[in-house]
Amino acid sequence: MLPIFCINKILINDNNMNNYVISIASGKGGTGKTTVAVNFALSLNNVQFLDCDVEEPNANLFLNAAISKTIDALISVPKIDENLCNYCGKCQEVCQYKSLAIIPSSNNSKGIVLTFPHLCHSCGACVYICPKTAIEEVDKKIGEIEIGNRGDILFASGKLSIGEIMSPYLIKQVKKNINKSRNVIIDAPPGTSCPVIETVKHTDFCVLVTEPTPFGLNDLILAVDVLKKLKIPFGVVINRSDIWNNMINMYCNEENIPILMEIPFDMGIARLYSNGIPFVEKMPHYKQEFIRMFEQIKRILE
Amino acid sequence: MKICITSEGQTLDSNLDVRFGRCAYFIIFDIDTKNWEAVKNDNINLTGGAGIQSAQSVIAKGAKAVVSGKMGENAYKTLKTAGIAIYLSSGGKIEEVIEQYKLNKLEQMI
Repeated sequence: MLPIFCINKILINDNNMNNYVISIASGKGGTGKTTVAVNFALSLNNVQFLDCDVEEPNANLFLNAAISKTIDALISVPKIDENLCNYCGKCQEVCQYKSLAIIPSSNNSKGIVLTFPHLCHSCGACVYICPKTAIEEVDKKIGEIEIGNRGDILFASGKLSIGEIMSPYLIKQVKKNINKSRNVIIDAPPGTSCPVIETVKHTDFCVLVTEPTPFGLNDLILAVDVLKKLKIPFGVVINRSDIWNNMINMYCNEENIPILMEIPFDMGIARLYSNGIPFVEKMPHYKQEFIRMFEQIKRILE
Repeated sequence: MKICITSEGQTLDSNLDVRFGRCAYFIIFDIDTKNWEAVKNDNINLTGGAGIQSAQSVIAKGAKAVVSGKMGENAYKTLKTAGIAIYLSSGGKIEEVIEQYKLNKLEQMI
């Protein structure tokens, strides 16, 4: 039997001969994921852009897409009817994230049910196990999804509400908007933990953005480990490229990782960035660089 | 009355463990009879919710007061709801902390 990721791969490729879902990620934060994602998207045709960095979505500061609708992102959390509950504690035992606490009744007091909805992973095990059917699932809002467009570019972005921690569930809902008739560019959160994995999984290719610093290299190595485990093809973009590039080049050569593009450490690019202007708009020759990168990715995937 | 002190070790001359949810041991000490036991905290390795689960362990042991160094929101809410008094200590040996408790010298978390 084929592993699940293989089946997905076949389905994606069957449905669209020439369109790809490409995630832009990095181990280290602040290397230029959003810069690469936005400028890449603006250089291609037939694009959909998803901002999955739901804890700090900032792509639209640069894209300026007009938002046409905002959807609440909901998850299911348990609600316990204390008239039916006998404080047996089975729900608390089955909960892997300890989002329920049942304090049994004693001689002088009745039992107490405490829920911690922000810890809940919406698995539904408590509802399933409750012998008194005292638990029902209710909706809880964890964030919003903004949908819109900038010209022909379709846009969707997730925004996690303050105090919420279940970003993978919001990311999953943002990714439900993927339009397979488009080339989809997904801006990922930084790091190598659950939100990143949720974002990059089932994408056709991942662009890892790094910088030529020891921190950039260290976290690139971590991200490479994750992508190898997930069996997602990937390549590297060196941002703020300068005389220290050698450390990244050496690692990529050793590991046989393609370097897709180098973006120089350039005051002009930095100035545009600080004004919220994607640099391909003022330096159109970079569009050719991104188109060339896209062609290289397509060759890798063919 | 039983009180619970979070401890780095299994004896009364161990140091107070300043963490509540992920302390190494709970020392359950009976103020009246001076009987005590050390309970290993199995919640250390939980990925989340250790405070809630440790609060549950303390409740199950029948302690009416807890002394620790720090207390998170979830553990606090669980213990408070169960009517358990919470005291904070900056550190020291378990036997010293018990003395401070008896002399009412510990800061109570309201």
